[in-house]
Amino acid sequence: MTTQYGFQKERSWQILVGVAFVSITLLMALCVVGLSVGMLGHFALEGLPHVTWQFLTETPRNNNTEGGIFPAIYGTVLLVILMALLGVPIGAVTAIYLAEYAREDSSFTRWVRFGVNTLAGVPSIVFGLFGLGFFVQFIGKGIDSLFGLELTWGKPALIWAAATLAVLTLPVVIVAVEETLRSIPRELREAALALGATRWQTIRRIVLPHAFTGILTGSILAVSRGAGEVAPIMFVGAAYSLPELPKGLTSQFMELGYHLFVLSTQSPDVEATRPLQYATTVVLLLTTFALNLSAILLRLKMRRRRLITR
Amino acid sequence: MALQSPLEPKIRTFELNVYYGYKHALQDVTVDIYPNRVTAFIGPSGCGKSTFLRALNRMNELIPNARTSGRVEIDGINIYDPGIDVVQVRRRVGMVFQQSVPFPKSIYENVAFGLRLNGKLPKAELDELVEKSLRQAALWDEVKDRLHHSALELSGGQQQRLCIARAIAVNPEILLMDEPCSALDPISTAKIEELIEELKQNYTIVLVTHNIQQAARISDYTGFFYLGRLVEYNRTRELFTNPQKRETEDYITGRFG
Repeated sequence: MTTQYGFQKERSWQILVGVAFVSITLLMALCVVGLSVGMLGHFALEGLPHVTWQFLTETPRNNNTEGGIFPAIYGTVLLVILMALLGVPIGAVTAIYLAEYAREDSSFTRWVRFGVNTLAGVPSIVFGLFGLGFFVQFIGKGIDSLFGLELTWGKPALIWAAATLAVLTLPVVIVAVEETLRSIPRELREAALALGATRWQTIRRIVLPHAFTGILTGSILAVSRGAGEVAPIMFVGAAYSLPELPKGLTSQFMELGYHLFVLSTQSPDVEATRPLQYATTVVLLLTTFALNLSAILLRLKMRRRRLITR
Repeated sequence: MALQSPLEPKIRTFELNVYYGYKHALQDVTVDIYPNRVTAFIGPSGCGKSTFLRALNRMNELIPNARTSGRVEIDGINIYDPGIDVVQVRRRVGMVFQQSVPFPKSIYENVAFGLRLNGKLPKAELDELVEKSLRQAALWDEVKDRLHHSALELSGGQQQRLCIARAIAVNPEILLMDEPCSALDPISTAKIEELIEELKQNYTIVLVTHNIQQAARISDYTGFFYLGRLVEYNRTRELFTNPQKRETEDYITGRFG
């Protein structure tokens, strides 16, 4: 009997367990692929034929059962851009504080982190209620009474919906930017400080140029998250049906996700609007992809430019 | 440790102690370092030589739980006095690191980095200072045609000389070098050593090295650190030919380290 340790072949049942395990992981991976392809394929097949030029450029008619969704596309893009403009600077600056200045052992830092984590864990409908209570009723009404205006800011509006989404997506931005900042080699900072740079000069000239791609990544993730949210905006500015485009920050607006919700649950004739629902879904997906893609392209361009001139 | 010397010391430390948390990394170091000389500090890993070097421009302060006590006088002024601006200290005491760390910018911008910190300079003046620093660092001829290329395209040895150019561009009086050759091949090392010997005409150079032969070749004074203490400090020739302490002799003859 040869018992040369380490040279025996595996026993057959061990081989079987190995094969079974590999098969299960492969199968699960295929399921994931299948689900996403199936879902996207289903919506593309059902929806794309109805995505016509008229559908994209016209306003809804006849209680949303006819016409197009241009105001909803316009409103979504505007909302998301406004959200990024409000949220990304705050998130980026918070991340810079956390990564560059905060001492990990201070209780203030712990509170900031606790705040970020809490924001990340709150269900999105709660943000909607918060937006209504804080932005519309408190800030908006406050502005109105402060300046003696008639009801202008103290009602659901584009700006408050964007602000609500900005709060919702803050953790996404903070985490993305902070990760980027932490990946900058300590040696680079030390080299700058050893040359007599102040803390601020080091951040301004070494850290921030590096952080720029991180800020873009954060924006991309925030946009992806924000563009798909319906619950937070239904109380604070999204409109059931509006033929005209928002004129300013205090206007109400249509939004694709909310429009989809309206079409599929609030319509007088849900069956009749089914093609519109599919088409709206496709447009929502494409709009999100397009917003993402533009940010990704911008990031690539920045990276390439840095590679050449640096 | 004071030596007989006709020179006025450039740097004097008195009972310098550095702690990292509970670790006593540097213990009671008192030493005089002379101007326009190369002073090398040698010793095994973890002996405190880099900690000592980083105490001379207050870089240890960047480590969260580091604590320093004692005095470091540069031209008679204690740089740890409360009224002293650490930024000003670092402008006068330049530093070159073990890992060459060019900024991800062009060669030109790397050298100009320190010069731009004090506000805007006219372009002509900036050009001139960049060229002068690169010449001093013996790099000008190799890079003059590609000043605006990325510094990351340079070889390891060139990157290290770029870091030296960057450090001397702001015209410091003292240049601290933390194992500047340990990541380089022998030819690049020889170039840097040659450069160090030239630079000492204008700067006070404090060098930390793992390489005993390097210390013997290029330094005028050598100190031997062991377990956080400065065991012995002397003129390089004296220290290598006639070490006074047993540990020093064991280390330089290669019995441990």
